[in-house]
Amino acid sequence: MGCLAFKKETFRDDYTYRNSPEAIHRFPFPFPEDKYMYSVNIEPHVSIKPGSVFEFPFDIDEHYVAECQDKAITLAKDPGRYAVLPHMMDAQWDVLELIMESLSRDYPDQFKLTKDGNRWTWHNLPLGIQDTFTFGDRSTMAMDPFEYIGRQTQGDFVLLDQREGTLFADAGCITSQADWSLAFDVGMSWHQWHAPVPRATEIGVMDRALKFMMNLQLGSPVRRLNWTMTINPRLDTSPENYPQWGTDRNTVTPENAGDKIHLRVELQTLFRLPRSNGIVFSIRCYLISLNELATYPRWAKRFHRILRELHPDLIEYKGLTKFHQIAVDWLARFDDGAALEIGTQPE
Amino acid sequence: MSTLNVRVAAIEQVTPLVKHFTLMREDGQHFPTFSGGSHVVVAMDINGRTHRNAYSLMGSPDDTEAYHISVRRQEHSRGGSVFMHDNVVEGSQLQITMPVNLFSLSKMGRKHILIAGGIGITPFMSQLHDIQRNGYNYELHYAFRSLEHGAFSDQLKARCGNHAHIYVDRLGQKLDLRELLGSQPLGTHVYVCGPSSMVTAVLETARELGWPENHIHSEQFTAPPMGDAFTVQLAKSKTEITVPNDITLLEALETAGVNPDSLCRGGACGRCELDVLELDGEIFHHDHYLSDAEKASNRKIMPCVSRARCTHMLLDI
Repeated sequence: MGCLAFKKETFRDDYTYRNSPEAIHRFPFPFPEDKYMYSVNIEPHVSIKPGSVFEFPFDIDEHYVAECQDKAITLAKDPGRYAVLPHMMDAQWDVLELIMESLSRDYPDQFKLTKDGNRWTWHNLPLGIQDTFTFGDRSTMAMDPFEYIGRQTQGDFVLLDQREGTLFADAGCITSQADWSLAFDVGMSWHQWHAPVPRATEIGVMDRALKFMMNLQLGSPVRRLNWTMTINPRLDTSPENYPQWGTDRNTVTPENAGDKIHLRVELQTLFRLPRSNGIVFSIRCYLISLNELATYPRWAKRFHRILRELHPDLIEYKGLTKFHQIAVDWLARFDDGAALEIGTQPE
Repeated sequence: MSTLNVRVAAIEQVTPLVKHFTLMREDGQHFPTFSGGSHVVVAMDINGRTHRNAYSLMGSPDDTEAYHISVRRQEHSRGGSVFMHDNVVEGSQLQITMPVNLFSLSKMGRKHILIAGGIGITPFMSQLHDIQRNGYNYELHYAFRSLEHGAFSDQLKARCGNHAHIYVDRLGQKLDLRELLGSQPLGTHVYVCGPSSMVTAVLETARELGWPENHIHSEQFTAPPMGDAFTVQLAKSKTEITVPNDITLLEALETAGVNPDSLCRGGACGRCELDVLELDGEIFHHDHYLSDAEKASNRKIMPCVSRARCTHMLLDI
């Protein structure tokens, strides 16, 4: 991946974010079938398809630099997006090690890690960062190890502590959340923070998912895709900033729907952490406009059926109510009603 | 499940019944670091049958060159520990799982009381590294039969100083659980690993004294007890299998080509849990995973250690 070219673009104000044809082709389209059901749909996070977003444990793409810059803006405006409880220091070092080792191995032209015993030097070429520190010694870093690496990786991160037969969200670096709040959730247990998911608790999905996660093994990470929709390519759709983006939902018209309405897919991954026995939950956000999506009519056709059949509770929960019908109507032109084979492939 | 191929780099006879094995990776790579209290499951090939036992990692979690386990010879078991003692030599090859922790320190604990009996000291050997690195407040209470059975007691006294309390049964030294657990500050967690009589005594005493359930931690890997043969029916596989007297239900399922998920094989992790759809007899639950209510309901079974007396038991697999 030595040819990675990082784009200059914005995720706010003038919204210049766009996907290249290559980025569209590798978009993690999440619907293998015509009907969507909330499910846990977890699979091993193993490398598949060179070039896909599933090739490496942590995916770096053409939006990397712009996304890190957007993250820095959000953190500067609201430092509360990074929060950590004191007993999570082992987990902080765990996640720094995991990400630095992964990125330097998988993107050697962009990231370099050299170790001299516990003396580590990290070189992030795209962001122009080079630092030397002592692994395990907080005083040798300018900020917490978790914040340091969180600022240099696309996506959001939650660190979970496993105790008392459940998982607690005891640290987070959250700047691109789909309408949930770290300040609200930090310190919460598994069932507390999943309480709002409709149609999930009643079918025992959350109990089974918790059991599965508590059994997560070192060296066997897992992943799932989740999705929602966002108006404009905005990463920071946090409840704290609702006034800045919530009203965008009222601006969608049949004429601008293709540009404004974005499918937002989260690649969620879970890794067991070695020293802390904690878990890092990574939420990597991919955005694609309906216009971009429709460059592959198969995807537009499938997405039309998904949205048309979506349960009203989920339309409400995902915050789609105001523009759901416009999106369905916009996508309808691609749907000839013919059967589609199972699978998420673009063509 | 991720597994690692390892070679036995060194064996040390620590006590008349305990051997300490140093394991290194076959591929020359480093092991992952791990958290104190973790174990690995060692797979052994005994007469063509794969036998798996869980052993706690007792080295420093920061030592990624080698993993360390200790094995007590259990004469009346099905042979895993005897095999490790009699057949495994320096240079032998084994397969282990990645570390799993079912016995981790509660990081929110204000104080940690570690109680070990005999070979039950092993998970604490690694936990002590985490405790000391994080500067936690702790006490170690280590009881064993006689001086010659006090594996690692000198080493622990040197590492823990006056945090370590040693009890040698033969010398009449007894750990007074009621006294110990009755005088701890709020926010203390207790951890016990040892013979089942000791684990039971600690759990019961702590409960009687009103300790919160989630402040009481124990770890036991049960060697699967043998029993009479029995027959089970499999709903999804639409077949029937007989479990011989010296084979576990889990092993019988595997032999029949049905492979339920499994991990520790000692009734601790919960991974192999199966739903019992119909039963005309009695389940002998030997695991430490299901709640008493779940055991009494006879709707679930842990096939790694539990058995049954029945003519009809329909499993959801």
